[in-house]
Amino acid sequence: MSAISTDTAVRTAGFARALIYLVLILFALFYLLPFGIMVLNSVKPLAEITGGNMMALPNVLTFEPWLKAWSTAQIGVEPTGLKPYFWNSIKMVVPAVAISTLMGAFNGYVLTKWRFRGDTILFGLILFACFIPFQIVLIPMARILGLTGLAGSTPGLVLVHVVYGLGFTTLYFKNYYQAFPTELVRAAQIDGAGFFRIFWRILLPSSGPIVVVSVIWQFTNIWNDFLFGASFADFDSQPMTVALNNLVQSSTGVKEYNVHFAGAILAALPTLLVYIVAGRYFVRGLMAGSVKG
Amino acid sequence: MAHQATSVDFRTKLQNWVPKLVLSPTLALILVFVYGFILFSVYLSFTDSRILPSYGWVGLENYDKLFRIRNWGIAVNNLVVFAGLYIAFCTAIGLMLAIFLDQKIRGEGLLRPIFLYPMALSFIVTGTAWKWFLDPGIGLENTMHLWGWDSFTFNWIKNRDYAIYTVVLAAVWQSSGFVMAMFLAGLRGIDNEILKAAQMDGASNFSLYRRIIIPQLRPAFLSAFVILSHLAIKSYDLVVALTGGGPGSATEVPATFMYSYTFTRNQMGIGASSAVIMLMTIVAIMVPYLYSELREKK
Repeated sequence: MSAISTDTAVRTAGFARALIYLVLILFALFYLLPFGIMVLNSVKPLAEITGGNMMALPNVLTFEPWLKAWSTAQIGVEPTGLKPYFWNSIKMVVPAVAISTLMGAFNGYVLTKWRFRGDTILFGLILFACFIPFQIVLIPMARILGLTGLAGSTPGLVLVHVVYGLGFTTLYFKNYYQAFPTELVRAAQIDGAGFFRIFWRILLPSSGPIVVVSVIWQFTNIWNDFLFGASFADFDSQPMTVALNNLVQSSTGVKEYNVHFAGAILAALPTLLVYIVAGRYFVRGLMAGSVKG
Repeated sequence: MAHQATSVDFRTKLQNWVPKLVLSPTLALILVFVYGFILFSVYLSFTDSRILPSYGWVGLENYDKLFRIRNWGIAVNNLVVFAGLYIAFCTAIGLMLAIFLDQKIRGEGLLRPIFLYPMALSFIVTGTAWKWFLDPGIGLENTMHLWGWDSFTFNWIKNRDYAIYTVVLAAVWQSSGFVMAMFLAGLRGIDNEILKAAQMDGASNFSLYRRIIIPQLRPAFLSAFVILSHLAIKSYDLVVALTGGGPGSATEVPATFMYSYTFTRNQMGIGASSAVIMLMTIVAIMVPYLYSELREKK
């Protein structure tokens, strides 16, 4: 996106321009409002929310809700806070992102530089995995995880996320390597370099941007996943999203809105941070997943 | 000499096989976990599976039952309403914001990330934020009352007839910025020379957009439609977090229906048949799209 010029031939002036600015600012408020309210109310005592105005600034500033959401809030039956689930998510996300990205890189390399008959059909078959509704695999997946003893474990979730991420990572690397000069690969081949040498020495060193895109895409998707976590995880492996939902939906006791908001922000922080630091690549990943190339 | 020739032969042969070997784990995983699983689910949808898979063949009985379950009717109906409004609003807002941002706007670099950041959030986070914001007891309605607007009511989230529109609202909030980014990329790819020529001929801004610019965004419209309809059919997390399918079953969608029939109501056969219907709907949209995309590339 950053490479695209902002130049346009269309000219607007006066009243129209003011209107455009007004609409843009109103929409900016619309997008900021829900998150702003979360932040605002996560630092208020509960009484100020239930007995007061959600849009008002806090009278008393407190970080109690954050501490409570992190380490003592009741989640399910245990008063553990979100902390253990945060680590569950990390333990699931890191290997899943690394494995699916590496496999996607190799797949893209094969599908562009070592083409063989029928490879387009194979790519189509892999790509289709991006688009299935996961409901269609829930039952057999539960069965397989149960049979292999991976049910309710982090390795089981890693497997699930690797498999259903492969379509995207393969797509990214294939599109990227398509533009990489094949002559360089051929020249290295004539010099006697083999399949893996060419990959490590020639392609991988220039794959920086697409690795970032793939890592960000996979990280965001896997961190934000709820369906697989809710279906296949137990206490030792439940990710942050599932824990947050349990916290918010729990019907026992007083509804501690401030703790819910603090928890929601905690669950959102890693992906938001990635978005703020590397938003450019985030957008590129979104686009590559839709309009290809 | 002869010996050397065969060893070279072996090496080239190996080199020919290495790429296929490297690709094979992915293919094996996809074959089993995507295509094998789809076949298994389709098969289960024709069986009398209840709490566990069982293999008594019942033909189309599950489908027959499925379409007579009231909640499935509600779920399909909700999906049509939700998907229609979600796609329409995201496209309209996305296109408008993209066109406005494309007018040499000061602060574009600040506005763009603000429009887009919700896409980085989990639907569970979005659901939590909107759930309490829309709650009449503590959220917007309460705020308006405290600000002195006593007659203000906004209790859609608690209202059976309107709750589905709160799901639309939260979903549009989350995805419209993404559609904006797609249209903006499309707009920035349009050749300015044509526009300048049209302007010389006295075309107004409005007709410039209507006749030249928007028709050229056709690929972006198509991608947006495909991605959004796909997201809509899959949507599960947001409904769970925002309304839990309620009040009652007012915001049930196929994804929540499938989950509850399979895992909590122990009607696995019916759950599988609902998943098959979801898959077929997505296939009907995706396969023509993928086919044209892959073919155009050659």
